[in-house]
Amino acid sequence: MHERLDQWAFVWAALAIGVIGTLVMVGWSLLAMMRAERRRDDVRRK
Amino acid sequence: MHGFANPARFLRMARWLMPALLVPGLVMALGALAWGVAYAPPDHLMGVTVKILFIHVPCVWLGMAGWSTIAVASVVELVWRHPLAAIAARAAAVPGAVFTALGLITGSIWGRPTWGTWWEWDGRLTSFLILLFLYFGYIALADAAQRDAASGGAAGRIPAIFGLVGAINIPIINRSVVWWNSLHQPPSITMGRSAIDGTYLWPLLIGALGFSLIFGGVVLARMRMLLAQIQTEARLRRKALG
Repeated sequence: MHERLDQWAFVWAALAIGVIGTLVMVGWSLLAMMRAERRRDDVRRK
Repeated sequence: MHGFANPARFLRMARWLMPALLVPGLVMALGALAWGVAYAPPDHLMGVTVKILFIHVPCVWLGMAGWSTIAVASVVELVWRHPLAAIAARAAAVPGAVFTALGLITGSIWGRPTWGTWWEWDGRLTSFLILLFLYFGYIALADAAQRDAASGGAAGRIPAIFGLVGAINIPIINRSVVWWNSLHQPPSITMGRSAIDGTYLWPLLIGALGFSLIFGGVVLARMRMLLAQIQTEARLRRKALG
């Protein structure tokens, strides 16, 4: 049996998962860093 | 190396170095992906799925680079007792795990139209899946060790030992396609030699450099986060003791 697959659908899926995954990791790390530093500064001020 | 043992000096450097890595990294990685997708021609065997390799290969490299960072930082922690080494190792674990997971997912998406299967229990794929589980174990151990250290325990060096023992998997992943019969192709890029045509090689290398800069920027951001958490804990403990 010969299976016909749309190769571009696989390309876009891999690129979307790779790029979105990387951007989410960057954003999450920056937010976690800012939250931790804000908490440290709040504790220092109190 | 001990010049950066002072957290204040490290934080001064990290404040400018983190955006200096992240911004060009994002530009290079996204630019190289756009270049590869728009201009790299379809391969005579793989067709257009060759374009998946522009994201898959950097993710796989960084998955292994993440654990290599953990192993080197663990040696520095155990031998020289550098105070930032444990923090650097912990900071590399999450981006390493994310890139390992992305490498597995994008590889699986590439495998379906190319090999006709999403997954194959061969040496390369299995050893890379084990790397992801090693990351999960390391992250759990490091979190437990941090809580233990905050309550005065002595479990701080266990994640470093785990990081060193887990490093045995890195050469296994690297040599797996040589040692065992596999659907996965043998290494295309080795020291000073490449079997890849320049049309594919340049966007691949520029993308890999861009993703490496992103990895470095994320590690610095997570080191700043961990340092801030430790400083907060220490301040709260001092206040509680009066």
